[in-house]
Amino acid sequence: MIEWFTYLQLAVATVAGLLCLGLGLAGRKPTDLSMGATLLVELLLIAQLVVAIVAPLAGNQATGSLLEFYTYLVSAILLPIAGGVWALIERSRWSTVILGVVCLSVAVMVYRMLQIWTVQGV
Amino acid sequence: MNELKTDSGDNATGTTKTGRVTGIGRVLIMVYGVLALAATGRSFVQIVGKFNEAPLAYTLSALAAVVYIVATIALINRGRAWYRIAWITIGFELLGVLVIGTLSLVDPQLFPHDTVWSVYGRGYLFIPLVLPILGMWWLARHAPARAGRNGAAA
Repeated sequence: MIEWFTYLQLAVATVAGLLCLGLGLAGRKPTDLSMGATLLVELLLIAQLVVAIVAPLAGNQATGSLLEFYTYLVSAILLPIAGGVWALIERSRWSTVILGVVCLSVAVMVYRMLQIWTVQGV
Repeated sequence: MNELKTDSGDNATGTTKTGRVTGIGRVLIMVYGVLALAATGRSFVQIVGKFNEAPLAYTLSALAAVVYIVATIALINRGRAWYRIAWITIGFELLGVLVIGTLSLVDPQLFPHDTVWSVYGRGYLFIPLVLPILGMWWLARHAPARAGRNGAAA
């Protein structure tokens, strides 16, 4: 993982999560804003996957368990997809809230991944 | 997708479905789903990577993950049988997080490695503690009608 990129991703996921939570609790259905924010989170995750695969080749090794790292990453990649599909089917405020929950969960997972990559141990 | 229309009620527009999959129930299901995914992922890593290090703790993690998955499914599905299963799984989780949480504080040697229920779910922002309580409140308010119709509010 590249640290500055990961922190950027953390910030985006957290902001997107809080934004979608706020929009949803205010009664907004999923819109381009909330769906777009979630899509951005997903795109950053895919970029993170590429980085994770390429980084060891450039000498940037993970210090912790790669299995755990990739389990988190795959789970994180699945979440916005599930949330996005749900939001397309159920167009209600709660779908927007769920997008927020998804983005915040991704933020937590990215934080854990950073720990696994940079600071040895579970 | 471009309108910023607010949603006036709990149900998605266009559906006349009643039952547990409405409003906050959907969020509850999603959070349970995320927790099930997280618990399963962690359990998978622990068992594949280092089962011999703490077999009791990791077996417990695996059991908890399975129960979370079943609970998520039980919350989604309708009918009396799934309702009962939801109560049983969520009740089991609450019991688990309270018992294991207490044990992990009283005798840390029993669980040298963190499980999803250690210290009342601290490793998961105490969500494993709060979620079953919310789940039970939700179930109590959305019992299937006595006549046996699926999911209609009492």
